[in-house]
Amino acid sequence: MQYMLLIYSDEKAAAAMPKADVNKMLPAYEAYTKGLQGAGALLAGDRLRPTDSASTVRVRDGKTQVLDGPYAETKEQLGGYYIVEAKDLDAAIDWAARCPGAAHGAVEVRPLWRMTA
Amino acid sequence: MADDGLIDARIEAERVAREGYGRLLAFLASRTHDVAAAEDALADAFAAALVHWPVTGVPRVPEAWLLVTARRRMSDEARRRRVRERDRDQLLVAAEEAAARCADEQAIPDERLQLMFACAHPALDPQIRAPLILQTVLGLDAGTIASAFLCAPSAMSQRLVRAKRKIRDAAIPFAVPEATDLPSRIDAVLDAIYVAYGEARLTDEAVHLARVASFLLPEAPEALGLLALMLHLQARSHARRGGDGAYIPLTEQDPTRWDDRLIAEAEGLLLRASAFRRPGRFQLEAAVQSAHAARRQTGRTDWPAILGLYDELLRVTGSIVVAINRAVALAAVEGPRPALTALDQIADDHRLADYQPYWAARADVLAQLGRDEAAQAYERAMGLTTDDAVRRFLAERSAAARSRSIGIACRSSIAAGEDAARQRLAGRRQRTP
Repeated sequence: MQYMLLIYSDEKAAAAMPKADVNKMLPAYEAYTKGLQGAGALLAGDRLRPTDSASTVRVRDGKTQVLDGPYAETKEQLGGYYIVEAKDLDAAIDWAARCPGAAHGAVEVRPLWRMTA
Repeated sequence: MADDGLIDARIEAERVAREGYGRLLAFLASRTHDVAAAEDALADAFAAALVHWPVTGVPRVPEAWLLVTARRRMSDEARRRRVRERDRDQLLVAAEEAAARCADEQAIPDERLQLMFACAHPALDPQIRAPLILQTVLGLDAGTIASAFLCAPSAMSQRLVRAKRKIRDAAIPFAVPEATDLPSRIDAVLDAIYVAYGEARLTDEAVHLARVASFLLPEAPEALGLLALMLHLQARSHARRGGDGAYIPLTEQDPTRWDDRLIAEAEGLLLRASAFRRPGRFQLEAAVQSAHAARRQTGRTDWPAILGLYDELLRVTGSIVVAINRAVALAAVEGPRPALTALDQIADDHRLADYQPYWAARADVLAQLGRDEAAQAYERAMGLTTDDAVRRFLAERSAAARSRSIGIACRSSIAAGEDAARQRLAGRRQRTP
């Protein structure tokens, strides 16, 4: 099974974080990513730029509409993701719990809908 | 006598059919992850067994009988529609494996516990766990479950379908959890069973589930505690109603009308559980009921002991339901004034607005203090009960309070709230932090 771990956090709070705290976060993510790699569970993953760089696209009546900003204005924003290989939901939840983001924000676990031939 | 024999045959046939169904469903679903498909495959065979077995007798290998019928349907189905072929194949392979075991006289491994863990998984809505376990482990249909949970059959079906889809799509495991997670995951299973017990129409089914759980988890004292608790409550089911159908609260019940056999079994289970020296919420609840049951021998209720147990329960659960029961015991030990203080301390909780036992308890304590607000509290309790006999009982208490003829009897309607609503509170209890 493949799962996507979507990391949500308050990006304003993150932006306001003292540099020292940011410096602590980065090694935590590095270690986590190495852990995923070491277990052969890492398929993909990246950090997203803040939502003020987001654009939302819809096509209506054949016309492309672009809105400045994320799809939904929420208290916490999608800030990054991992795609992992896990045996079942429990294994995926274990990985989600280890993600540093789970300690302050939230990590949503979604099974991927594999496009099979 | 002959009629009794027939009824016994029917009950026994149904028990074996449900047993076999649950085992087969667990076996197939844990291999395919597809609960709905396994249910589909077994549905006709199970229905046929419920019709035939009471007449023809239970077959020697019930699972083999069910499988023969089920496999015919599975392959027909596979031939008829070629959709989702791979899933069908998986199911057929699992069924072949089960059939081969039956033919070898090997028992099919009992994976109902794994099935229960899947159905009570933390990733599923807590509200759907009990219905899901009732449906998958015992083969109850959605209509029966819906009526027990006071919910529209279509809505219940939809929620069950959705839960099964999540089990399949998110790959919720059919497994006994790791040791670190085990205690909390066992609690989720036991909670779901206790919620099922709370639905008055499903008490027998829930006791059956608790038996299965305690059989499969012999090292889990809380599983034994839950069964002990339920058997103690079951032992009083007849004593709870008078000849005229009137409600009789626990403290006024005639102990000779309690079921000795069930009480003895409950006491044995509680003893076994206590040997593990790992007390928990269900063991403590069972111990409270055990203390009430002791009135059969001693002729009196040991309220101080019960208060001590509720103190401990409150410490373990922090539950508002327990806080109410503790206040009731406090009234019996130290009188109504400290009990009212205890109830006042939780009065702000918004969940109490529609919680019948709270208003019944409050009414009794107020009545014992001779306070006028008692009538209003009784009225609120009456408006919140679903049981007509309890409603009449509370009306009598209210009238008695109004004419200031308060006495020892008052204490009993507190137990009325406790006893009758214990059923419904199970669900509430779960949501209580």
